[in-house]
Amino acid sequence: MNPAASLARLWGIALKELVQLSRDRLTFGMIVGIPIMQLLLFGFAINSDPKHLPTAIQVQDNSVFTRTFIRSLENTGYFQIVQQVSSEAQANQLLAEGEVQFVVNIPPDFSRQLVRGERPIILLEADATDPAATSNALASLLTVGQSVLNRDLTGSLAKLRPSDAPFEVRVHRRYNAEGITQYNIVPGLMGVILTMTMVLMTGLAMTRERERGTFENLLATPAKPLEVMAGKIVPYIMIGLVQMTLILLAARFIFAVPFQGSLLLLYAVSLLFIAANLSLGMTFSTIARNQLQAMQMTFFFFLPSILLSGFMFPFRGMPGWAQVIGNGLPLTHFLRLVRGILLKGNDLVEIWPHVWPIMLFMTVIVALGAKFYKRTLD
Amino acid sequence: MTLAIDVRGLNKHFGDKHVVQDLSLQVKQGEIFGFLGPNGSGKTTSIRMLCGLLTPDSGAGQCLGYDVIRETAAIKRHVGYMTQRFSLWEDLTIRENLDFIARMYGMKNRKQAVNAVLVKLGLDERRNQLAGALSGGWKQRLALAACMMHEPQLLLLDEPTAGVDPKARREFWDEIHQLAAQGISVLVSTHYMDEAERCHKLAYIARGKLLITGSAEEVIASQRLTAWEVSGAELQGLAEQLRHLPAVEQVTAFGSRLHVIGGDAALLEAALEPFRQLPGYQWQKIEAGLEDVFISLMERQNDQQEVV
Repeated sequence: MNPAASLARLWGIALKELVQLSRDRLTFGMIVGIPIMQLLLFGFAINSDPKHLPTAIQVQDNSVFTRTFIRSLENTGYFQIVQQVSSEAQANQLLAEGEVQFVVNIPPDFSRQLVRGERPIILLEADATDPAATSNALASLLTVGQSVLNRDLTGSLAKLRPSDAPFEVRVHRRYNAEGITQYNIVPGLMGVILTMTMVLMTGLAMTRERERGTFENLLATPAKPLEVMAGKIVPYIMIGLVQMTLILLAARFIFAVPFQGSLLLLYAVSLLFIAANLSLGMTFSTIARNQLQAMQMTFFFFLPSILLSGFMFPFRGMPGWAQVIGNGLPLTHFLRLVRGILLKGNDLVEIWPHVWPIMLFMTVIVALGAKFYKRTLD
Repeated sequence: MTLAIDVRGLNKHFGDKHVVQDLSLQVKQGEIFGFLGPNGSGKTTSIRMLCGLLTPDSGAGQCLGYDVIRETAAIKRHVGYMTQRFSLWEDLTIRENLDFIARMYGMKNRKQAVNAVLVKLGLDERRNQLAGALSGGWKQRLALAACMMHEPQLLLLDEPTAGVDPKARREFWDEIHQLAAQGISVLVSTHYMDEAERCHKLAYIARGKLLITGSAEEVIASQRLTAWEVSGAELQGLAEQLRHLPAVEQVTAFGSRLHVIGGDAALLEAALEPFRQLPGYQWQKIEAGLEDVFISLMERQNDQQEVV
């Protein structure tokens, strides 16, 4: 063995590899695009300590104490008062639709009880479907309770400044009282798994035919393009439903996730979500020239889906631009649908704001797919 | 005599490439029509236009009486198209492949039809073998059977015998002749001259243009080539010298013989005269073959292209 000749061959192979790589523009794009995308997402978009969480207040006693309390809540940086509510029903509605993360309820005779030293109770209801999104905010409450009123308790009231807080903030964790992470993750996983498999499998299904040359045979038969497309999609819809059922069974019997809402409604929205992902896979397959490219495209879509949808990190922790992107992804809305139906017992009216975005996404994707499909025939 | 294919002035562009230019073609019923030409000359594109897979940019015509532009669905139902590359599903078994194709054509007695084909092919015992596990010759027979199942009146075969051994090729052609005898028309593209000679009629296409049509004899006669065969020792040096003669178009070595071809008989004879005086060589005038004609056509086309 001549080491010089071996080195020359090694160099020859390396050169050939580089030339081939430069021909494959999508792979080249991945080499540059993936690190940039990850840097942007992890560096700027993700924040596991979400602040300025939307909070509604129900004030039934307007006094200097309550005003101070609310101001200090906002000063923690975790709570942002977005709405005043006048009834319990309205507060429940806001929580159920996910419009607010918290509702603070200050009882009618708060000030009187406080002055009497009766340690009145402020009720703070939290949407605890995602424990990670609320835990820091709730932790900050402790210090608020300790010191907030010290400045107002002057003169004869100064005796009320003991080590103990003069009032109690009682936290009511709604939908997930014990703050069990699985309650949030397991239903969310359903969306993640469906996104991954549905987009990838349909993407591969069409490109495989093209790559192997069998597409030509298919086109030479009387089968129409629409029949081919639909026929290719049907098995994956069934696979999607099977996957979904498996996860639901696991959620129920292994993780004991509560099933508050209608299963029928859940299956209906899941079908929509599956269809949206399948059409995306189909559209990818009309653009991709081979299976590798279809896989790369899927990955390009999957990464932001998992990071910006609120699956891994709290949605409200992300900056505005990331939330805008997140809201364009079907997974974001599907997560809210599943968690809403399973944990909160949402009905169709309550979930509608997250149903139509998925429909819109699908319409756009199908239109794009149809546009590209024509080109590949001729 | 009815025409199975009758198209005039078909054109197809891919981007700024004019892939097929003014293709006019008439194939009679029951005729085996050979489609010849170098790689990339537009044969496959032409065939795809005939079977409704591609829409011509311009031109008109009929396939089995159906309009090639408006009635592609009907054409697909009555034409059997065999792709250049094996395009059945390698991860399906032989039977599953045939069954799928039968479904696509909406055949009524599907099971019987598939079984009949399996028996006829002698594949009945291997029906559950994956198509990908078949040898080249068997794959080709399976592909032919698949495109014959819906009993088409016209077969379009795109280089059906590429990479198939001589015996399998001969059997394949025997079958094609049987089908033609039953009145089925066949358009077949090929690079093999022995196959070209088994066609009733030939067409030669180069750079998207149909240059010549006719029977093998007509094609040969039309080019008026003169051929000499020389045998002897030390042919390599002789071949080099002959190639430089302006009157000589081709010099081809066949073992211990050379074929010398020219377009002008008198000029060639005069040019060869000094060499025929050399000792140790035997010279003999022979008939030019189909291959000589096609190579000559190809080279003239190249020369023209360079002048343009």
